[in-house]
Amino acid sequence: MTSEITPTRMVVYRLILAMAILVAWELASGRLIAEFFVSKPSAILAAFRRLIVSGDLFFHAAVTASEAFAGFIIGGTIGIAAGVLLGRSTFLADLLQPFILAFYSLPKIALAPLFVLWIGIGMSMKIVLTATVVFFLVFLNTFTGVRSVSRELVTIVRLMGANERHVLGKIVLPSAITWVFAGLRISVPYALIGAIVGELIAANRGLGFVLASASGQFDTAGVFAALIAIMMLAFSLNAMVRIAERKLMPWKISEATREVTI
Amino acid sequence: MTAEALIAFRGVGKTFTVGDRVVEAVRSIDLDVRRGEFVTLVGPSGCGKSTLLNMTAGLFAPSSGTVQYDGGPVTGVNLRTGYMTQSDHLLPWRTVAANIQVPLEIHGRPRGEMRDRVAALMELVGLAGFEKSYPSQLSGGMRKRAALARLLAYDPETLLLDEPFAALDAQLRLNMQIELLRLSRQLNKTVLFVTHDLDEAAALCDRCVVFSGRPGTIRAVLDSPLPRDRDLLRLRHDGRYVALAAELWDMITPMLTQTRGESS
Ligand SMILES: Nc1ncnc2c1ncn2[C@@H]1O[C@H](COP(=O)(O)OP(=O)(O)O)[C@@H](O)[C@H]1O
Ligand SMILES: [Mg+2]
Repeated sequence: MTSEITPTRMVVYRLILAMAILVAWELASGRLIAEFFVSKPSAILAAFRRLIVSGDLFFHAAVTASEAFAGFIIGGTIGIAAGVLLGRSTFLADLLQPFILAFYSLPKIALAPLFVLWIGIGMSMKIVLTATVVFFLVFLNTFTGVRSVSRELVTIVRLMGANERHVLGKIVLPSAITWVFAGLRISVPYALIGAIVGELIAANRGLGFVLASASGQFDTAGVFAALIAIMMLAFSLNAMVRIAERKLMPWKISEATREVTI
Repeated sequence: MTAEALIAFRGVGKTFTVGDRVVEAVRSIDLDVRRGEFVTLVGPSGCGKSTLLNMTAGLFAPSSGTVQYDGGPVTGVNLRTGYMTQSDHLLPWRTVAANIQVPLEIHGRPRGEMRDRVAALMELVGLAGFEKSYPSQLSGGMRKRAALARLLAYDPETLLLDEPFAALDAQLRLNMQIELLRLSRQLNKTVLFVTHDLDEAAALCDRCVVFSGRPGTIRAVLDSPLPRDRDLLRLRHDGRYVALAAELWDMITPMLTQTRGESS
């Protein structure tokens, strides 16, 4: 091992850095930069506490989390299914390629107004928006994963008498799952973007709504408090994906922890 | 030739085209392999030994001639053969035990039977205790043994083995040779066995096919003077074995100097 820094040490260093930033922020606010623009950690903490005490934080966070989560699951599931289907069927992939590319190049967020027209401003509109964003990321990753499956491995099990179902279950899915999870991981922030942008555009609940109304009242501390809540949400979604990853790909742990040999 | 051939190569040639480069791997191969026969293939690397196994397994068709299996031409994947390729091709996402179990799952064997069979095979190839390891945690030789166990798990009629023991140490290799010979005799398997180890080729074979390259052609087919049931441990003292191995050496060494001359 070349690095001498132990994990606990690293945590200590990080805490020191975080403290330094917070102290500098607190001191600079009102002296170097107007507090109106950057607020300050103590005020943000107070705003955050108010949000918790009033119960607003949990209510709005739960709304945003459900939207992001539902959209994530729906978009992810359809994305995986479509990725596997098109990955295994050259005909379908060729047929649909230009349409998919056209849709892919469109920023999905731009569809929000259309979804408002179709299904109103309720939670389902945010779910559909999130699902659309997540779908493409997961679909493209799954597709690539299925396409890059080792032909040798497929041949090996075919020699054992495997049919298409065996090939799919024993080779294609397990080998594509790394790609699927890469897609899911990069989808997490986008799922939140979908939910929050949806709420910014039109909503009366959710963290996006909290954000928009705090900003409307020039409550900078409130804006930062909402941002912190969003960050924590992203953190827990990420953690969920990571846990699922560990559960579903135990061999990756053994590959990652094994000493390098060449 | 008494019995009819199980595998018959009739004027087989194979040419690969990669981009604008054309490689003739083998040319006019004529060879009959009888049921229950153990045939070893030796020759300089690149002379098309693996190519012949690939065609027997039906992975691709010959460019000329035909490969016949049990009286009919091989078309598509040949399910009556089991193929242990030069690289082990274990599934990295499965533990060793689960890898060996793959063919049993494909054939829909009951759970209990699978467990017992896998345990017996792990024992046979000397991997007991490594059931829960992933292939990435094993040495090259251990992976080879796992691949062999997987091959034996589905009990194919014909075994195609491409340098199966190349990565093993001498002791282990001898054990595996003994086991392979015992199993193939007991179950009357037909075996095509590629090796670059001439002593191994002489020890195991009923017949040994010597190739010269390239393109690969059959230089000679030697019949083994050894009985079908032989004691590999005592072979070193068997004059017939020593003579066969020496004959192989004498055939192969001129080719080696020739290829060395080519490459320099
Ligand atoms: N799939 C392939 N595509 C292109 N060329 C190949 C392929 N397989 C083998 N060859 C070529 O055919 C020749 C014989 O290869 P191979 O059968 O692997 O020889 P051996 O197993 O005797 O070492 C080599 O020159 C090799 O480069
Ligand atoms: Mg080879």
